[in-house]
This record gives sequence, C-alpha cells and structure tokens, in this order.
Amino acid sequence: MANAFTRWFDERAPGLAPTYRKHMTEYYAPKNFNLWYYFGSLALLVLVNQILTGIFLTMNYDPSATGAFDSVQYIMRDVEWGWLIRYMHTTGASLFFVVVFLHMFRGLLYGSYKKPRELVWVLGMLIFLVLMAEAFMGYVLPWGNMSFWGAKVITSLFGTIPVIGKDLVEWIVGDYLPADATLNRFFALHVIALPLVLLLLVVLHLAALHEVGSNNPDGVDVKHGPKGNRWDALKPADAIPFHPYYTVKDLVGVGVFLIVAAFIIFFAPTFGGWFLEHDNAIPANNLVTPAQIKPVWYFTAFYAIVRMVPSFAGTAVWGVIAMFGSIALLFALPWIDAGKVKSVRYRGTGYKVALAVFVVSFLCLAIIGMDLTDEYLPRIFGSDIDLTTWDNVIGRIMTLAYFGFFVFLWLYTHLGWEKTKPVPERVTTHD
Amino acid sequence: MTKRLISTILLSLGLLLGSASSWAEEGPELPAAGNNLRDQASLQRGAHLFFNYCVGCHSLKYLRYSRMAEDLHLSEQDVMQNLNFTGAKFDDPVVSHMPAELATKAFGKDPPDLSLEVSAKGADWVYGYLNAFYLDPKSPIGWNNTVLPNAAMPFPLWKLQGEQTAVMSKDGKQVEKLELSHPGELTPAQYQQATRDLVNFLDYASEPAALQRHAYGVWVVLFLVLFTFLAFLLKKEYWKDVH
Repeated sequence: MANAFTRWFDERAPGLAPTYRKHMTEYYAPKNFNLWYYFGSLALLVLVNQILTGIFLTMNYDPSATGAFDSVQYIMRDVEWGWLIRYMHTTGASLFFVVVFLHMFRGLLYGSYKKPRELVWVLGMLIFLVLMAEAFMGYVLPWGNMSFWGAKVITSLFGTIPVIGKDLVEWIVGDYLPADATLNRFFALHVIALPLVLLLLVVLHLAALHEVGSNNPDGVDVKHGPKGNRWDALKPADAIPFHPYYTVKDLVGVGVFLIVAAFIIFFAPTFGGWFLEHDNAIPANNLVTPAQIKPVWYFTAFYAIVRMVPSFAGTAVWGVIAMFGSIALLFALPWIDAGKVKSVRYRGTGYKVALAVFVVSFLCLAIIGMDLTDEYLPRIFGSDIDLTTWDNVIGRIMTLAYFGFFVFLWLYTHLGWEKTKPVPERVTTHD
Repeated sequence: MTKRLISTILLSLGLLLGSASSWAEEGPELPAAGNNLRDQASLQRGAHLFFNYCVGCHSLKYLRYSRMAEDLHLSEQDVMQNLNFTGAKFDDPVVSHMPAELATKAFGKDPPDLSLEVSAKGADWVYGYLNAFYLDPKSPIGWNNTVLPNAAMPFPLWKLQGEQTAVMSKDGKQVEKLELSHPGELTPAQYQQATRDLVNFLDYASEPAALQRHAYGVWVVLFLVLFTFLAFLLKKEYWKDVH
C-alpha cells in the first residue's frame, strides 16, 4: 500500500523523494551541535507561527486610521480566541528577535560566516534586514499612540538626508504625518510583500547552507575528515542524518522554547511593557506626545547609535548613516575577518576579547536606547550627576566600541596579529 | 489544589515582571494597588462602584454589559436593574450618557473612555490617583490631585473618603502629605479597599481575556512540560545510535 503510494508520486514527480532525502534524511550534519544550534530551527518555528496567526489577525483587522485601534480591541474581546492569536503574534514578534539575535551570535562565536558559508551569512543578514522592516510596519498597525509616534520618528530618519529628505518622507508616509494612507500601505507591505520576500530568503538561506553543509562548535569541516558512518559508507564519519537525529533533538528545544513562550502569552503578554508598550493602549493622537518615544526593545541598540552620533556640517544625517552602517558592516563580516580559524575555541585572545566588548557595547547601546539610563546611572554614580552628559559619554564610547570591533578585526586578521591555537583534525565528539 | 498553586506561582512571576518595568510616568512614588483579578467579590463590588460613581461621565466602550455579566457571574436581571442606568441593551457596550458638549463645558475636556485606562497607566497609578485628591481653594473645581496635578476631574468619591487637605512643605511649593480633615462614610481602610475593588474592575475591563488567560495558561504550561519530557526521552532513545 505504502509502496504503491510512493510509486504513484515517484512516477509523477521524480524529484520529490530525492529532494526530501537531500535536505532531511541524507543531509548529514556534524554530530557535535550544542545549545547554540537550536535557534535556527526555532526561528523557522516562529516564522510559521507569525504567518499562521497573522492570517487569522488579517481576517478581523481593519487597516484604516479610523478603524484600526477599534478592530484590535474587537480581536481582543469579541473574536473567538482572538486574544490568544494576537498574543501569539505579538509575543512571537519579540521572540523572533530573541532567537535571531542568538542565532547570529552563534555565527560570530563559531565563525559560521567564513568561507565557504559567506553566502549563507549574507542571505541571513538580508533576512534580518527584511525582518526589521516587517517588525517596524507590524508595530504601526495597531495604531496606538506609540505606533503613531514610532512611525513618525522612524520615517523622519529618512528626512535627515540632504536635499531629497523631506520629499522622501512624504513619499514613504503618503501624507505629511503618518495617517490613513500610511496604515494602508504598511498593512500591504506587512501582510504580503515582505513575508513573500522573507520566505524566499529563508528558502535560499537553507538551500545555500545545505549546499556547503553546516558548521559546528569546533569550526572544523566534517567533509574533510574521515569517511564512513553507520548510515552511509561514503558520508563523513563525524556527521549524522539531520532527520531523525536533529529533528528529534530540535523537538526538545521546541518544547523548552514553547514553555517560555506560553508563560509569556498566558501570564505576562505585555512582558512588563516591553513586548506591548503601555502607551499603545492609547489611540494614535498627533496632538499628544508620549512621555518617552522609544522604539520596541529589539531596535533600541540601533536607535541609540542614531542618537549618539552628533550632527555637523548642518545635517543630522550622520547618525542615520552610522545606524545603517552598523548593519552594513555585519554584511561585510566574512571579508572583514580574514582569520583562517573559525571557532572561538581556537581563535586568538584578541578575538575573544573583541567579541566580548562587541556584545557589551551592543547591550549597553540597547539599554541607552531603552531610556533606562535615567534609572541605572544615578544608582551607580549618585543622584546629582548630569544624565544627558553621561548618556552621551557612555553612548559614544559604546558606539565607538561597536564600530571598533570591525576595525580591530580587520587589522587583527589582515595584518596577521592573531595567534591561534591548533585546530583539531576532527570534531571533539562529545555533545 | 495543585493547579491553583501552579497558577499562583506563574501569575506572581508574571506580576513580578510587570512591576519590574517602568511606567512612563513621573511624579510621586505610587502605592501598590494590590488588586487581584481572581477575587470575584472584589470585581463585583468594583463594578457596582463604577456604575454608581463613574459611568455618569466615563464610558467603557469596549466592554459589553453581557460580557461583564458572564465574566463576573452576574445575572442579566441584576446587570439590567442595578448597573445599567442608561437604557442600553444587554449586548451593548457601556457608554456614558453625558453629552460631549456638556462635558466640555463643565470640565474643559471630554472625560476619557476608561476601557484601557489600566493598560495605559497601570493599576497602581489609577489606585494612587483615586487616593490623592485634596481640597484646593485655588483650583477652579475646588479639588486638586497629587498624582495628576490640576486634574480636570472633580472628586466623585468624596462622600466615601471624606475630605483630604494638603500639608505643604516649608517653602510652600510642594505637597508633603495629605491629611483627612473631614471623615467620609467609609473608614480610611474601607476606602482603600473600595478603590482597590474599583481598580480591580477597571483592570478587568482593560483586558477581559486575562481571566481566561490565567485559567488556560496553567494547563498549557503543564502540557508543554509533559511534551518536552517525552520529547527528551525520545531524543535520548534515538541518540543511542550516535553515542
């Protein structure tokens, strides 16, 4: 019976079964993946969650300036399970960035962006960029007061561009201020245009990965090691079939992740105002400015860079250039870092220190972008300090540290300063 | 019993997160509201207070009478006779009958809809606000408020709390504390409980689904713990091949 069924398919779509084998049962992945390797599959899980819950939200959401806010409350109160679907979507949005940040950090730890995986990294960075646009537009849709002012501040970043800035903002927004036209187009981009691009990029990201094979915590290429394992005499000895071994392992990761997600969805869906901001419970109002206008937590580090770069030569565009530069440099990472050793386990001390400084600078910038410094700085330095000065001093040092990471890495690897440790021949085979 | 315990633990973890965040408000330290959405009696008392003292000016336009009856275990008859004074139908939302022009004339601004007040400002803020009114001869309405200085709202609960007066700081610029100069119908403790009930009801009104969230959440988390455990056993079994 089962044979007749598969034969029916094989006769009509001969490529189907080989494709499945290539990407699942006969995709050989290094056997030494650790905790950091859960976040790729989790990102895929969240993407599916966002699309499914998004479809149901779309059924009841009204993308108009007069109806958007009410329709969100309609979803929360009158639509069957609407509250659950919306909280799954809003929690998913934040957790998407949690897993993507950790997934990217994994790349930095083990040199997953290095040859031959440059294309995997660049495609991943494109996913990150589209994800940021997708998240920003999604955040505007509920049309709360933070949606409105967030949209105004973010779109006005383009207004700093000399000469064309003002017209460009009007073109993006479709009005002088974020309004009905803005909401309509952001809705279209959020629910169809960007998700299509995102899905395509994810397929390409995985296709590019499966072409070259996965990296691992030791950063050694299992394809160059000895051959032959219990499943296939010609495949790498230190690799195992992705399915069932990593699917079943990822299932455990999914379980743990879902426990965390369910806790947030059911017991703390606003996550103390971090995932859903309090000011967004007030309808959009162009006459009332919220006490603090700040982006959602996952944008705050990049937003802080904009704020920290001073304007000179009569324009504030430098901050915006720096912000886009902070992302553009990540794209170029495979070429900035010329080090031959991939994994942090065997890299020079300089790289370890630089990576730690990079992470600290990113976190500090995020905290500054969240406007938390008003709270933390007086606790450290006493209550009579000048907050703005300290904010700027620390913020600028951290901005320099962020960019300094790339400069240092270029010098460190291109000038041959790095003293690496010997890389083992094969993966160190424990988990 | 166990379910209740787990629910309490999860809920307090959630609340801990909530209290750790900063509300974008400046001003005096706010006392904790300490309201509890699972206290049905408190929610019912809060509803009665709202419909006796607040609905004259404030709407809850996202809350339907019928939904409230269901969630607060009130009968349709009870709601329609004792709470609905505007002649609205049972399935209608709670909309105040005050004409907008009158409100603007009397207070200088429209009384805001309170459906999402607790979501926007926090339960502690609303509780603090309702406990911070004092007599102020300089104010055009005779009342002022330490949590929201120069609030446009006159103090509707003054009969219950009585009248507070401000003790000013030495330079006469800041309110140091409030003193009850004229007691009301309730003792201070009773009044605090009454405002806690009212805040509890507004907290519920800002997100009626919270009651369902907590009820389902316990089962979902328990299921996922079991699922993860089974997935772990499955992984261990499969990975015997690898090690």
